[in-house]
Amino acid sequence: MSRAISVRGLAKRFGGLEALRGVDLEVEQGEFFALLGPNGAGKTTLISILAGLVRASAGEASIMGHDVVRDYRDARRKLGVVPQELVFDPFFTVRETLQFQSGYFGIKRNDDWIDALLHHLNLTDKADTNMRRLSGGMKRRVLVAQALVHRPPVIVLDEPTAGVDVELRQTLWQFIRELNGQGHTILLTTHYLEEAEELCERVAMLKAGRIVALDRTANLLRADAQRRVELRLSPSRLPAALQPRLAGEKNGAFLLNLNDYGELEGMLAEIRLAGVQIESFCVRQPDLEEVFLQTMRGQP
Amino acid sequence: MTGFLTLFRKEVLRFWKVLMQTVAAPVLTTLLYLLIFSHVLEAHVQVYPGVAYTAFLIPGLVMMAILQNAFANGSSSLIQSKISGNIVFFLLPPLSYLEFFLAYLLAAMVRGLIVGLGVAMSGLLFTDLAFAHPLWILAFALLASAVFACFGIIAGIWAEKFDQLAGVQNFIIMPLTFLSGVFYSIHSLPAFWQAVSHYNPVFYMIDGFRYGFHGVSDVDPWLSLAAILPIALILAGLTLQLLRSGYKLRH
Ligand SMILES: Nc1ncnc2c1ncn2[C@@H]1O[C@H](COP(=O)(O)OP(=O)(O)OP(=O)(O)O)[C@@H](O)[C@H]1O
Ligand SMILES: [Mg+2]
Repeated sequence: MSRAISVRGLAKRFGGLEALRGVDLEVEQGEFFALLGPNGAGKTTLISILAGLVRASAGEASIMGHDVVRDYRDARRKLGVVPQELVFDPFFTVRETLQFQSGYFGIKRNDDWIDALLHHLNLTDKADTNMRRLSGGMKRRVLVAQALVHRPPVIVLDEPTAGVDVELRQTLWQFIRELNGQGHTILLTTHYLEEAEELCERVAMLKAGRIVALDRTANLLRADAQRRVELRLSPSRLPAALQPRLAGEKNGAFLLNLNDYGELEGMLAEIRLAGVQIESFCVRQPDLEEVFLQTMRGQP
Repeated sequence: MTGFLTLFRKEVLRFWKVLMQTVAAPVLTTLLYLLIFSHVLEAHVQVYPGVAYTAFLIPGLVMMAILQNAFANGSSSLIQSKISGNIVFFLLPPLSYLEFFLAYLLAAMVRGLIVGLGVAMSGLLFTDLAFAHPLWILAFALLASAVFACFGIIAGIWAEKFDQLAGVQNFIIMPLTFLSGVFYSIHSLPAFWQAVSHYNPVFYMIDGFRYGFHGVSDVDPWLSLAAILPIALILAGLTLQLLRSGYKLRH
């Protein structure tokens, strides 16, 4: 079975600027994959090369086994891209926009699927509204619909939730999840790391055109970040035996490093021995944001 | 095929939705030329024996309208799509560069020809027109609109800002059309400008087109055809090559 996305030795120079410096990436069919990285890391550049909007300076890329340059027509048929920029054609209505997009992909009558897309993206009552008259979040949803008119097996979303309100963000993810459940491969970029953590099985982190972390989300959360206990005591005095664990204090609570849940028992025993009361106690799981920040800090 | 048809339809619909600005306005402008020049010169100028000045003028004005609007359609559509970014809508799908080319070419020709037809029909209100050789009329209308449609597509691909496009329009298209014998026969020009006019492709477009109406012209229509055909082929080839290479469209 061919890979959904395969990227080998991909590099891109814009004049003197190296936007990508040798990226290798494989995404399997059916995966839900996040591409993360700070502004300017090269995420959009990588996506643009997959979409054929940008030509690589070196290396190659393919979608479902089709090279994006040599075999561009098949590669593009298999790919749906939601661009990062909020673009629209002010001459047309929502429905016209989607009908044209279907036609560009060679699909003649697509009205049932267009209606389904409009419904899933809460756009049904805007179907005959001119694009100019939509709010930013609505335009973004039309872009999502446009990327899906040809039911592509591989769906790439470049910050699809920027400017979309909370409720619709949920609706959108539910829909994307459904598509993923039906076998579509999803690659997304986002700066909301909790979204990526919740949705994506695997994560790649990009910095200055290089991949600096690539693993299953669960592994990244396990491996990199420190789990901590947030502890409030009365009187607020930390037993000497726990001092080595102290990572910091926050609003009168102690933050203690916890490498393993097994250590909890010992900690509680020390507190009891010292004769202090526990006012509040919680274990803080490392989240992807923390892993992300650590990874980015750790890189040159 | 569906891809091409859709893109073509979209390009036609784009100007159709703003017909006032894309068709009515240029027809009106051209009619003003007709009104003023024919009023002032009708009694004084006769270029060809037996052809009234107004009747002489109309084919030139029709051709001018065809050229300017064929150029305007492709160029303005492309630059708008590039600047607004919605060009990705047709860069992402599996459209071949040939489909892309044909859609923009034909849509621009359609716009040019519709405006030309509008001018010609309004011209008939002023005077009777002969249609001596309809096939020549058709041939020159099609070829000339194709040349300027290609020219417009190339300019639209090349330009990054609206004022670059305006520059092409003001410094290339306008002089070419005005110095081509729309309003006069180049035989009435001094020898030097007469010679210069022979290097202006628009001169042959108008001269050949006029032959189709009146059966008289400055040069043989076959010569005009021979002058324009290679230009059409070269420009079409160049446009295709630019689209194939992704010049200024795929970075
Ligand atoms: N067309 C271009 N011409 C010149 N430089 C470019 C071009 N496109 C991108 N760049 C540069 O390439 C680098 C990577 O940009 P890219 O858009 O891929 O970043 P990104 O990871 O998507 O960032 P963001 O999170 O802000 O969207 C940036 O330094 C950017 O300035
Ligand atoms: Mg980006």
